[in-house]
Amino acid sequence: MWITIHRKIFYTISMILVIASIVLIGVFGLKFGIDFTGGSILEFTYSSDVLEKSQVESILSNYDLGEYQLKETGRTGYILKTKTISDDVKNSMESELSVNGNNPLTIDRFNTVGPTLGDELKIKTVVALIVLSLIIIVFIAYTFRGVSTPVSSWKYGFVAIIALVHDIIIAIGFFGLLGHMFGTEINTLFVTALLVILGYSINDTIVILDRVRENLKDKSDSYREKNFTEIVGKSLRETMARSINTSLTTLLALLALYFIGAESTKDFALALIAGVFVGAYSSIFIAAPLLVSFKKGN
Amino acid sequence: MKTRIIALLIVLAGVYTGYFVYSSEVNLDSSFPFQYGLDLDGGTHLTYSADTSSILDSEVSNAMESLRQTIERRVNLFGVSEPIVQTEIGSIFGDGESDNRLIVELPGITDVTEAIDLIGKTPLLEFRIARSDAEAIAQIQEISLIEDKTEVAKKVSELYVPTGLTGGDLKRASLIFDNLTQEPQINIEFNSEGTKLFSEITRDNVGNVLAIFLDGQIISAPVIRQEIVGGNAQISGQFDLEEARDLVRDLNFGALPLPIHLIETQTIGASLGKATLESGVKALIAAFSIIFLFLIVWYRLPGLIASVSLLMYIVLMLAIFKLIPVVLTSSGLAGFILSLGMAVDANILIFERMKEEISKGNTLRNSIEEGFNRAWLSIRDGNLSSIISAVILFWLSGTSLVKGFALVFGVGVLVSMVTAVIISRTFLLAFSNDRSEGFLVKLFGTGFFKLKK
Repeated sequence: MWITIHRKIFYTISMILVIASIVLIGVFGLKFGIDFTGGSILEFTYSSDVLEKSQVESILSNYDLGEYQLKETGRTGYILKTKTISDDVKNSMESELSVNGNNPLTIDRFNTVGPTLGDELKIKTVVALIVLSLIIIVFIAYTFRGVSTPVSSWKYGFVAIIALVHDIIIAIGFFGLLGHMFGTEINTLFVTALLVILGYSINDTIVILDRVRENLKDKSDSYREKNFTEIVGKSLRETMARSINTSLTTLLALLALYFIGAESTKDFALALIAGVFVGAYSSIFIAAPLLVSFKKGN
Repeated sequence: MKTRIIALLIVLAGVYTGYFVYSSEVNLDSSFPFQYGLDLDGGTHLTYSADTSSILDSEVSNAMESLRQTIERRVNLFGVSEPIVQTEIGSIFGDGESDNRLIVELPGITDVTEAIDLIGKTPLLEFRIARSDAEAIAQIQEISLIEDKTEVAKKVSELYVPTGLTGGDLKRASLIFDNLTQEPQINIEFNSEGTKLFSEITRDNVGNVLAIFLDGQIISAPVIRQEIVGGNAQISGQFDLEEARDLVRDLNFGALPLPIHLIETQTIGASLGKATLESGVKALIAAFSIIFLFLIVWYRLPGLIASVSLLMYIVLMLAIFKLIPVVLTSSGLAGFILSLGMAVDANILIFERMKEEISKGNTLRNSIEEGFNRAWLSIRDGNLSSIISAVILFWLSGTSLVKGFALVFGVGVLVSMVTAVIISRTFLLAFSNDRSEGFLVKLFGTGFFKLKK
């Protein structure tokens, strides 16, 4: 199979992507939303007369907001992101922005997050990623315990984790790039997306490894007669249609979510689209070929 | 024949479930409506942090529970429909300190100020004993020099030590009038625990000052003359009638056992919520239609069958949402749409295996059975790993946003496994028999390739 034979090419592509992602994150950093940093977000819509952005800005300059962001939503509203503001400040801002009720507006959203919650979320995210990876590695080693030759069942878990770390790093790097270019922020839903990518990537890899296991057990087709590289190649070929079709349907569902779904889940869908794409790639071009590389003597 | 009867029964069950979902949504009095989270329905979400530094670790969970009950009573008093009041421990791993939190969700209330007032107005009643050490006496002289009122209040409160007796130990407060002066007073009746504590405090501190603090402000500082065993106490501050009446009401309906402060607020307006729900439903329909089309074009008859079983998956999930009930949020809807994509996976795995078996020259029926048996291991292991991640997400996440997603995603994966293995399999077998060849086999082929026979 051409994939297992030319595996070094795919390793190189992935190495480049992973290193590029790490450099990107290192240079630009990540843009965290208020879920992580703490702060306030105020979204409001005018019902008739809309204030110009400059008018809104001049009203906001009366308040001590530090560095804030003001974005227009459609033609009738604004989203304001600032450091944490109290309820009183919000109320007085609201009455000034509505010119004392002459320009009626509705508050669509007012969220305030304290900084301690943000720190907690960061730690929880890292803990969740590590705990899940460890459980998955044990789970795979256990389910594949029947096939410990020619490659130990722990190595099946190990290649799945490598594929997974690869997917997660690239997904984060992708969001680092989006954050730099369009100001896309990392929020709680992005964390959820990362964990889903993790589950999906594992699922995708397991199906291929499962086929390897089955082909190894097949006595007429044992690795003694065929070499391990060929068996992995055969398994890849047999699961290729499924890998592509499943990723395709999942991607279609996610594209619907991205283009038609709610504004609040758009970035979430985008992260998942990137993750599912990279996840499918890594299962086919990284995880399975790595199994060949891990066999002693290769 | 048998499989055909089962297939028919499954279809009927599916139609019935669909009817249940439909009728319980159309009928406004139904006991099983969909429950929408605040982000879809509009409302306010408040997170408070409770200060537990003044009580023992072993008492924290009791105190939090009584705090929860107090706030719940208070929220109910204001007639908010279906509020949620729950406690949560926000722990930061490693530093050993856990933060006790109270989460309040108020559907329909989009005015944060009103919501915070509703909860925050509640007074914190505390009984404190005066310190009589030299440092305290020195401090009294200092206080007389300070002008800022809040600063004075803070310094004064430092002169008294908490006794552990609080408004939480109250059984009932009532308004009485002093016999001589006709001034309004507040009579306090302690519960059994409070009575015991009160008698102990009064016994051990005869001659000392037992001050009564309301929200950190001293309101009365009577001297203890003797042990009081009856569990009754009078507060005689300089109240006017209205103040006294409000205080009695607040004490009865919500004297907080622990001080709390607001750390997070989230408010979603009703119109934004409605728009979010609408676009979520649209995305769901679009995702289903696209997948439906793909499956039929690519897998022909099995694709159609998979679509029917996918439709039943959706109906089943909606019924589960109603029955458990699962509170639907935007992230939950996203989880549902994602699970749709993954629900197809089991079907695709089975069809691909089936095609392999057909190519090997097996009969259609054998190929279907073999396809299922062989695909089962992959389906089981793959879905198990998804369920593990859903469980960990649910377990580790603090926010309802992530919890909503994890719940829907986890249940979705489980249900999709069942529908693929039971429903798709029964339908496929119902469409085949041992003599079925030629045309039927063609229907089982893939859209763009001819099957090798």
